[in-house]
Amino acid sequence: MSFFVDSVIMFTSQVLFFGFGWLFFMRQLFKDYEVRQYVVQVVFSVTFAFSCTMFELIIFEILGALSSTSRYFHWKLNLYVILLVLIFVVPFYIGYFVVSNIRLLQRQRLLFACVVWFTFMYFFWKLGDPFPILSPKHGILSIEQLISRVGVIGVTLMALLSGFGAVNCPYTYMSYFLRNVTDSDILALERRLLQTMDMIVSKKKRIAMTRRQMYQRGEDQNKQAGIWGMIKSVTSSTSGSENLSLIQQEVVALEELSRQLFLETVDLQATKERIEYSKTFQGKYFNFLGYFFSIYCVWKIFMATINIVFDRVGKTDPVTRGIEITVNYLGIQFDVKFWSQHISFILVGIIIVTSIRGLLITLTKFFYAISSSKSSNVIVLVLAQIMGMYFVSSVLLMRMSMPLEYRTIVTEVLGELQFNFYHRWFDVIFLVIHKSSIDPDDAISVLEPCQFSWTTHLQGPNQMTFLSLLNPQEESEALSLRLGKDNHSRFWPSHLI
Amino acid sequence: MASLDRVKVLVLGDSGVGKSSLVHLLCQNQVLGNPSWTVGCSVDVRVHDYKEGTPEEKTYYIELWDVGGSVGSASSVKSTRAVFYNSVNGIILVHDLTNKKSSQNLYRWSMEALNKDSSPTGVIVSNGDYDREQFAENPVPLLLIGTKYDQIPENKRNDVLTRTAFLSEDFNAEEINLVIEKRYFTRDPSQVRICPDYGSLCGTET
Repeated sequence: MSFFVDSVIMFTSQVLFFGFGWLFFMRQLFKDYEVRQYVVQVVFSVTFAFSCTMFELIIFEILGALSSTSRYFHWKLNLYVILLVLIFVVPFYIGYFVVSNIRLLQRQRLLFACVVWFTFMYFFWKLGDPFPILSPKHGILSIEQLISRVGVIGVTLMALLSGFGAVNCPYTYMSYFLRNVTDSDILALERRLLQTMDMIVSKKKRIAMTRRQMYQRGEDQNKQAGIWGMIKSVTSSTSGSENLSLIQQEVVALEELSRQLFLETVDLQATKERIEYSKTFQGKYFNFLGYFFSIYCVWKIFMATINIVFDRVGKTDPVTRGIEITVNYLGIQFDVKFWSQHISFILVGIIIVTSIRGLLITLTKFFYAISSSKSSNVIVLVLAQIMGMYFVSSVLLMRMSMPLEYRTIVTEVLGELQFNFYHRWFDVIFLVIHKSSIDPDDAISVLEPCQFSWTTHLQGPNQMTFLSLLNPQEESEALSLRLGKDNHSRFWPSHLI
Repeated sequence: MASLDRVKVLVLGDSGVGKSSLVHLLCQNQVLGNPSWTVGCSVDVRVHDYKEGTPEEKTYYIELWDVGGSVGSASSVKSTRAVFYNSVNGIILVHDLTNKKSSQNLYRWSMEALNKDSSPTGVIVSNGDYDREQFAENPVPLLLIGTKYDQIPENKRNDVLTRTAFLSEDFNAEEINLVIEKRYFTRDPSQVRICPDYGSLCGTET
């Protein structure tokens, strides 16, 4: 009986999450496009719903809600479904939509989609070889094999994003780094931009007029008979067409200049707005927090180095350590069990909420920056895949933050994974990323949207409310303008417009 | 040459609807072979004989200013774009017939161009309610162009045409549905041919 009640509760919550994912998709991600393939929306919402259910089960574990057998059952069920979706459904649809975009392969879409899927499975399997993932006693398609690989990918992603967040956060939030921009600077740039546009226009007018005159002369000349006409046209029009090509080259250079000026002006405007924002109360509050956060980021980098150098993996979680410290050193006596449950619940809850929110914000930014009407389906599915893998691996890593008695279910369900390996891997990637993005301007400006995970609740103007999520446009627009400005870049093939 | 009068026309619309292709077609009489994302604004010029064949014939330079970006851009991008909207003689609004949202966004584009943009940022899809009075005293003529008609499946074409008829009524604008047909134009840049009924397409005369 209680199993039935529990199942009903779980199912209701899953439906709720599904609805939230659906709404998010429709209103935020796809607000500029028409949804023509509903299967994409369904797959995205399903991935989101099952990922959130996993987090919900952890919370229930801590709170002790629902009976433990039904929790165990739902864990297993959830895990199977999410692995099924992440490994079979989403990659297949990604392959299918990519193939549909290519005109040559339109006829045998299904066949090519299957080919793509098999290639994906092959590389996915090969991924597990270099890592000390698990003992050889388990079979091929066991859950541990699949989860371990998904875990590796997801943990890499998390560490990448955390690393960038740690470096980028002080840069964005502290006004120390803001250049001083005055109105006259902006006006001067705008004037230059308009002047460049005027020069382009006048050169194009010359080209158009010259062409028109050439046609008029050309028509007259075609009336002359054969050979003379040909010779005359050769001698008299060479100077005209040479002139034309010269002017055309100048025009191309001027157009490139105008693009650069436009981007610079956008930058200056954005900086000016940030300066204005930093003078408001909200801005000052976030600036203040930015200092604290920089210290936290520095500490985290330090701890990561120590963990690797001294080959140490933390045995106890922060909650228990915190409680130990208070009890032993500060002499405050309180009921350890009671408080540890509540504190770990709050801590884990905060981590979950901020990571979900951070993920959704970053996904939205990336989506606005990269997508177009042709590639929007593929990109949404890729984002759903990333989201699923990220959530699965955050469950793995979260195990560290929970006290011992709550870790059991995670350990039980996920089998004999080498959890320590994942923590070490996370630290390594985190450090590598930090070292490689030390050059602030270039790396950070290109990867601005990658603020993530730990730093998400300081997103400033992007406060999340339930229905109207946020406006991450500014940074994604900056990213898209920068990426798009190099027209010959290999990242922008011409059919992806 | 420079003594000819100039006419400045803005070409506005969502990302990817075909503005750059349209401008290239109108000015170079060719199909654009490798379209790429417009950053900022790209201008092209067409020499046009107004009232050709009549005694009042006059030649004009028509400048087509193709402004890139989306209607929901950040305010820094919008204020930079506003630089291009000065002293405009006409506006061409381009929308994609295969994408309903691009038609809905046209209202916001026209508001932005006419400097009447008062909607808050971050607002989700509008359902098309807007005030016709704002356009009543508008001295700037508008032309609506719908692209990619050939990509709509046969059975849905009538619905699309009805929808666009309502749209152009709202704007009190002239409407053209443009199909880029290969048989009139070639992609080889060294060969340029002028299509005979071409002159009637560029109808922004006031």
